Amino acid sequence: MLLPKALRVSLIISFLSFSLGACQHRIPKDALGLSPESLRDRQLQSRIFETNDEKMLLTASAALLQDLGFTIDESEVALGLIHSARERDVTDKGEVVGKVILGVLLGAPPTWDTRQRVVASVVTKPIDEKRIAVRVTFQHMVWNNQNQVTKLEQINDPEIYQEFFAKLSKSVFLTAHEI
Amino acid sequence: MRKTLAVLCSLTFALSISGCAGKQKKILETEESQVKLRSIQSRVFDTADRNLMLRTVIATLQDLGFVIDDADDTLGTVSATKLKRYVLRVTVSARPRGDRQMIVRCNAQYNLQTVEDPEPYQQFFTSLSKALFLEAQQLE
Repeated sequence: MLLPKALRVSLIISFLSFSLGACQHRIPKDALGLSPESLRDRQLQSRIFETNDEKMLLTASAALLQDLGFTIDESEVALGLIHSARERDVTDKGEVVGKVILGVLLGAPPTWDTRQRVVASVVTKPIDEKRIAVRVTFQHMVWNNQNQVTKLEQINDPEIYQEFFAKLSKSVFLTAHEI
Repeated sequence: MRKTLAVLCSLTFALSISGCAGKQKKILETEESQVKLRSIQSRVFDTADRNLMLRTVIATLQDLGFVIDDADDTLGTVSATKLKRYVLRVTVSARPRGDRQMIVRCNAQYNLQTVEDPEPYQQFFTSLSKALFLEAQQLE
């Protein structure tokens, strides 16, 4: 009654790929809805500057992004937007050695992270005649040595945002206020 | 033997050609009817200020966890990407209707699929309405 091993394996694989495929097709219910973290994220990602010079804020942001090694892909001053990205090698020798040893022990091809692309988008928005809000958002994608995507998410580390705004304040000689 | 080979060759050729045509057809393929899709993806707002509308669209998308990729004040479009173990890309456009109204249309792509389910769009327009302090009306 037992099915040949090859047939069983192929059945399991086809079932798994079918069920995974089914998962991927449906958009999560809350993908375009406000999450409970929305307000916290907005506070983390925004600062208010006491100025009415939006161009100056955008110019300072562009200069800062360049200082941080980002390249500017797109910008639209009329809507207060700068979109930039930065790609880096993230190969960690320690991780590679560990994964190779583990791969030999398990008999599976070892995988480790090799490449990261960070996208940063700066948006300015006048609040009233004297104040402008600046909001920056970062997201990153990580690929491994098999060219598979291993990370695909927004960066929500408060330190990164604090550092960004501290540097932006310095470059515009203005104090950034938390919202 | 030669006959079988010829049949096989022509069959392979026919299949490869049809595969090609199939993929090209998919470039403009949609599942829902155009009119239905347009109505799911669009709302009318009582405002004539397109710059403010686009800036509010940008702020709303940021609240929803998107990173803004591109925006064009002349064309009236905003494109953004959300990464959350999946890839969700949207383009939102705003164009004037008459002197007092604006039609906002949002189309979304989830991984490799067009989003044709009304609910996510409804959620987007609810968030946008809140940010604008304006009511979103169905397109007639």
